[in-house]
Amino acid sequence: MNIAVLTKQVPDLVEGVEIDSTGKAVDPDSIRYILSESDDHALEEAVLLKERTPARVEMFSLDTGEVRDTLCMALAKGADRVVLIRTGLETLPSNHTVAKIFASVLQGLSFDLILTGVRAIDDLDGSLGGLLAGYLNLPYVGLVRKVEMADGTSMAIVQKEYPGGYAAELEVKLPAVLGIQAAEQPPRYVPVSRLRQVMKTAKVEEKETTAPEPETVAVERMFKPEEGMGATMFSGTPEEIASQIVGLFSERRLVR
Amino acid sequence: MGKDIWVVAEHFQGHLNDITLELVAKGRELAQAAEAKLAVVLLGSKVKGLASELAADVVYLVDRPEFREFTPEAYCAALEAALKDAQPRAVLMGSTSVGLDLLSMLSARIACPCLDNCTRLEVRDGRLFATSQIYGGKLFVEVAVPEATTLIAVIPGSFPRPEASAAGRPEVQDIPLPATLPELRIKFRKLIEPPPGDVDITQVPVLVAVGRGIQNPDNLPMAEKLAEVLGGAVCASRPVIDQGWLPLTRQVGKSGMTVKPKLYLAFGISGAPEHWEGMKNSELIVAVNTDPKAPIFGGAHYGAVTDALELIPLLTEEARKASMKKAS
Repeated sequence: MNIAVLTKQVPDLVEGVEIDSTGKAVDPDSIRYILSESDDHALEEAVLLKERTPARVEMFSLDTGEVRDTLCMALAKGADRVVLIRTGLETLPSNHTVAKIFASVLQGLSFDLILTGVRAIDDLDGSLGGLLAGYLNLPYVGLVRKVEMADGTSMAIVQKEYPGGYAAELEVKLPAVLGIQAAEQPPRYVPVSRLRQVMKTAKVEEKETTAPEPETVAVERMFKPEEGMGATMFSGTPEEIASQIVGLFSERRLVR
Repeated sequence: MGKDIWVVAEHFQGHLNDITLELVAKGRELAQAAEAKLAVVLLGSKVKGLASELAADVVYLVDRPEFREFTPEAYCAALEAALKDAQPRAVLMGSTSVGLDLLSMLSARIACPCLDNCTRLEVRDGRLFATSQIYGGKLFVEVAVPEATTLIAVIPGSFPRPEASAAGRPEVQDIPLPATLPELRIKFRKLIEPPPGDVDITQVPVLVAVGRGIQNPDNLPMAEKLAEVLGGAVCASRPVIDQGWLPLTRQVGKSGMTVKPKLYLAFGISGAPEHWEGMKNSELIVAVNTDPKAPIFGGAHYGAVTDALELIPLLTEEARKASMKKAS
């Protein structure tokens, strides 16, 4: 069975993001990129599947940010092949464009399952998996938390999350695209020593693509929520804050 | 292109979901501003009766056994058929498990723009503007909705739900679908019920909620102690559940529970839209986070910028003292 994992890099929110002088875009200099969290879960689910069923896992990533380390990490986790897609684009394009790039990369390749994170923090124009499935005319299920193979490699049984803790069990004929919400276990940890070892011999393949005509929506303005907007803020030492909060509880008759 | 506003209805176990009523109310406002019609697309099996609960001008209906449960493929095919000739101004759906699957696939299939994570829709000078939240609620993006038919997924709870259903008598029209659909590649097998819960967090008056800021599972007993003193329970945001530190039954947010306790104490939770959606109607929200820019402060009633791990034991002690004082 062949599994493709499609990933993209997104800004690391721990580092913060700033709006540029046009007021319509994020300042690229303010961003440090990391692997999108749900893409990391997609990779984990692929590796888990490989541990249960003979499979080959190939991970593809666009060239935004420092992708090499992420791809080496994927090899250390169990991916068999990693491919860096050169787009020549300076900033991460819209999901419509990303989906078109991936659709062209996958053309002519044969995969039973295409996994991607169900959503990324910068999704404005839909999610990558659904768009890609639409372009490739493949079935798609998003918010998936569990994947099992059935009937050889012709079908997957997946669990799709619903609100209130419910889930639907669906049967999906392969090939198909799945948007992974969470892998069945947290993404595995790779010790730095192991990563360093892998990096010495890692082969990151590169593939040049011509980016399609960018498809974007016209942003009028970008803005941050006002700091502390809404909340009355307590301040002081932690002891003082604790006393003020409990004071509020007493006032609201929330102390037992 | 037409001016009509469409809403894709969602229902579960025979009832319309809140998001649908919220979108119908908003859709009506937008349709009125454009002197256009409001249409709702209702797909399912034995759902015709729900049409009368919708305050729309028209309901486009598919009422067939193969639509009894949601599958992205069949629903997408029906919407594609419905949208083929009609070219509404905008199609509103929930940024939900159902809506998210449809939004992107339809956008690619019928080559029309789409927007996700929308929290605001308004008409200014005859133009439609949408505001979406990105980066976990840290940034808002306002977009002039493109002139082509645009699909828009709205975060549940962004618009008020009408108090009483102002249902009308919408005209019901069947969506023309072939007698047999082309072979469907996705089949519904069964609904999986939530695992039996140790504590029903939707019924607890006080919730001590923990997020990434709790750092590791060894810090959970600390939160549990505080919950015990306050007569509540511990719940969590998605990252804590995904790590396996607490069971699924304790998850608050999009895929988890929607809670409305008297007190929601959020420790180390940034307040991403997925979480906010599940707890925003709590009577009193107090948030503690080391990041002064955490979006949770935007909606919480009270907040403090400090280390939750340091504050929790102090709060527990203070609450215990207050409780003893009250008893004496």
